[in-house]
Amino acid sequence: MQGPLGLHRLHFAFTITFHYIFPQLTMGLALLLVYLKTKALRTGDEHYNRAARFWAKIFGINFLLGVVTGIPMEFQFGTNWAEFSKTAGGVIGQTLAMEGIFSFFLESSFLGLFLFGEKRLGRVGHWWAGFFVWLGSWLSGYLIVATDAWMQYPVGYSRGPNGEFLLSSFWKLLLNKWALWQYAHTMLGAVQTGCFVMAAVGAFYLLTKRFESYGKTFVKAGVLVGVVAAILQLVPTGDMQGKMIADFQPSTLAAMEGLFQTEDGAPIAILGQPDVPARKLDNPLVVPNMLSFLTYRKWKAHVSGLDSFSQDQWPDQIPLLYYSYHVMVGLGTIFIAVLVLAAFLLWRGTLYTSRWMLWTLMICMPLPYIANTAGWMTAELGRQPWLIFGLMRTATGFSPRVSGGNTLFTLLGFMGMYALLTILFFFLVGREIEHGPEPDESNRQPVALAAD
Amino acid sequence: METIWFCLVAIMLAVYVLLDGFDLGAGAIHLLVAKTNEEKRQVIASIGPVWDGNEVWLLAAGGTLFFAFPVLYASSFSGFYLPLMIVLWLLILRGASIEFRNHVQSAVWIPLWDFLFCASSALLAIFYGAALGNVVRGVPLDGSGYFFEPLWTNWRIGEQTGILDWYTVLVGVLALFALMMHGSLWVRLKTSGAVNERAGRLANVAWWGVTLLTILVTAVTFSVLPQLRTNFSRWPWGFIFPILSIAGLVGVQFELRRRNERDAFLASCAYLTGMLTSVVFSVYPMVLPARDGVHSLTVSNAKAGAYGLKVGLAWWIVGMILVAGYFQYVYRSSAGKVAAEADDAQK
Repeated sequence: MQGPLGLHRLHFAFTITFHYIFPQLTMGLALLLVYLKTKALRTGDEHYNRAARFWAKIFGINFLLGVVTGIPMEFQFGTNWAEFSKTAGGVIGQTLAMEGIFSFFLESSFLGLFLFGEKRLGRVGHWWAGFFVWLGSWLSGYLIVATDAWMQYPVGYSRGPNGEFLLSSFWKLLLNKWALWQYAHTMLGAVQTGCFVMAAVGAFYLLTKRFESYGKTFVKAGVLVGVVAAILQLVPTGDMQGKMIADFQPSTLAAMEGLFQTEDGAPIAILGQPDVPARKLDNPLVVPNMLSFLTYRKWKAHVSGLDSFSQDQWPDQIPLLYYSYHVMVGLGTIFIAVLVLAAFLLWRGTLYTSRWMLWTLMICMPLPYIANTAGWMTAELGRQPWLIFGLMRTATGFSPRVSGGNTLFTLLGFMGMYALLTILFFFLVGREIEHGPEPDESNRQPVALAAD
Repeated sequence: METIWFCLVAIMLAVYVLLDGFDLGAGAIHLLVAKTNEEKRQVIASIGPVWDGNEVWLLAAGGTLFFAFPVLYASSFSGFYLPLMIVLWLLILRGASIEFRNHVQSAVWIPLWDFLFCASSALLAIFYGAALGNVVRGVPLDGSGYFFEPLWTNWRIGEQTGILDWYTVLVGVLALFALMMHGSLWVRLKTSGAVNERAGRLANVAWWGVTLLTILVTAVTFSVLPQLRTNFSRWPWGFIFPILSIAGLVGVQFELRRRNERDAFLASCAYLTGMLTSVVFSVYPMVLPARDGVHSLTVSNAKAGAYGLKVGLAWWIVGMILVAGYFQYVYRSSAGKVAAEADDAQK
């Protein structure tokens, strides 16, 4: 990762990783807000409206940070990856522009109404405002995943006279099968972040014996929605994603799994450290034939290892890719275990008094962030050494005139700026959690966020 | 088809300047028109429900530029690398200051965000103006279709230009004054009491600055860059654009005297629209002129494929109809003055 190429990659990787901390909660929480507003509408119980108001405050802070860290992402295609933008802009520019026009306008218009317009809009109108915020954020997720999916699995294009990519089928780009599965997988990840955050805050309130009625609502909502999402995350979405990688990016699959040798009946590595120069896995803990079975549903199926590919086709960060993938899968498995157990206790009626389970839910809060980040790292490191898989190499895509010195300057600038935003985020959200929702018996007016 | 997209991108950028222009302007005058905390809350409340949506026009215009003219997007964004990054940092600070200011009631918290809001807004106005100045003046593009400009070189309009030179800074100052006028007129329209009066006075002061600088910048532009006269002599109907801006400027002063707050703001919109369209008209068919006059990017050598442009037009029109609906709804539901209910800061 030396020279301008490495710095441009690090620049994008750092800013996108930091950015994605916020939208995953935005998208997950948006769904849970619709859940709370629906409960309020159907039961007529003001408790759910107060609960929604509490989360709307956190949503507002989180949303703002998502917006301000998201704007640099759209700019960076041009500033840092000019050659890529010039070559592929006719295709990926479509989905990026659609994201701005179809979802950002929708989100920003209705978020203001959702945060400040409760009195004016009335019960049903406010539900719709929340619904449109959810729709906007999920639409935005689809269009950005469709952009990434095209880089993973390019469809619906032709090549122009200078090698540039021209769009040839709008619907193929938009309904790319890779995008559909990746979207489902990504959104379920975001829902789990929302669920774990909500459940963790609820568990915190129950354990500290404050706002206990809300604590129960939050834990219940987080566990019920979360358990569904956690299972769907594995089957079918994770499974399908793996099959698509096996079909279209077999070199990526081999690197993710740390499979150096091609085998009939390939084992799956649970643990182990890839030693790339020696082409082997150190300290392996493997399940024989399992990778063949999971990928092709046959115990002795043929799986290509890295030795089937010339080394210039290998992802260039194999150990990091391998760990990202294993962290994602490992955490995903833990989430299923935790949430299924919590859902069982909820059904038995003992969840709110099981201190060890509440502790577990509270402590798990950061883990979905790590899993989502690791998942994206798996997707993007797995795509290497290609920018557009099989068609354009990452090394040819960056801005030729932007020097390493200038790139490092702005990378450090973003690091400083984002360090500041992190402190502000913890400070402000921490205050909201400490302050808690309005007590159930009170009749206080809704508190405005931006100007309160 | 590429000319249509040239116009559409120009319209989106103009809408961005008109809308985000007033909230940037409101930021730039924030500390001048509001003295007490209550007054400052009024200024922020006047843009609170709309600034984020206004800023989306920048993203939407950038995205549209990306897919319609990918070569231009790649060349200009990488060439203007440093100022764009500075713009991004300013946008981050500004967004944070608007949203976070009122979260903590403290004598160190609020003044800090007020200052950052004001400073970042003013600097953004200057940078946007300087960027426009760069496009008008031309950039050191060569045969590769790329260039890179440092922030400044020797402050002259020579071969090795920087982002900032005497000309682009002059345009930047004009932009600051123009958006201060625009923002003052908006704040005046949305507030009452002391803020309203100060904003009216400030709009008048800014008007004089805008008028003088407009004359100066226009004269300088046509003498330093004579090639910009070509389109006006070829298609004289294009004079409608400068006439619109003059009419807008006269209208601002006229309506200020008549104390018609809404029409004064609309006149300012006409002025800004006229200025931007005049620039766009005089630069066409170039989208990014080269200093050497040879390697300029034009609508035809920077455009995307024909199919993409055609299919893009279909969804763009659908999208814009929806957007017009949202904006009408949001602006209508936040219509009226903010001062009356400034206490609970509902907008």
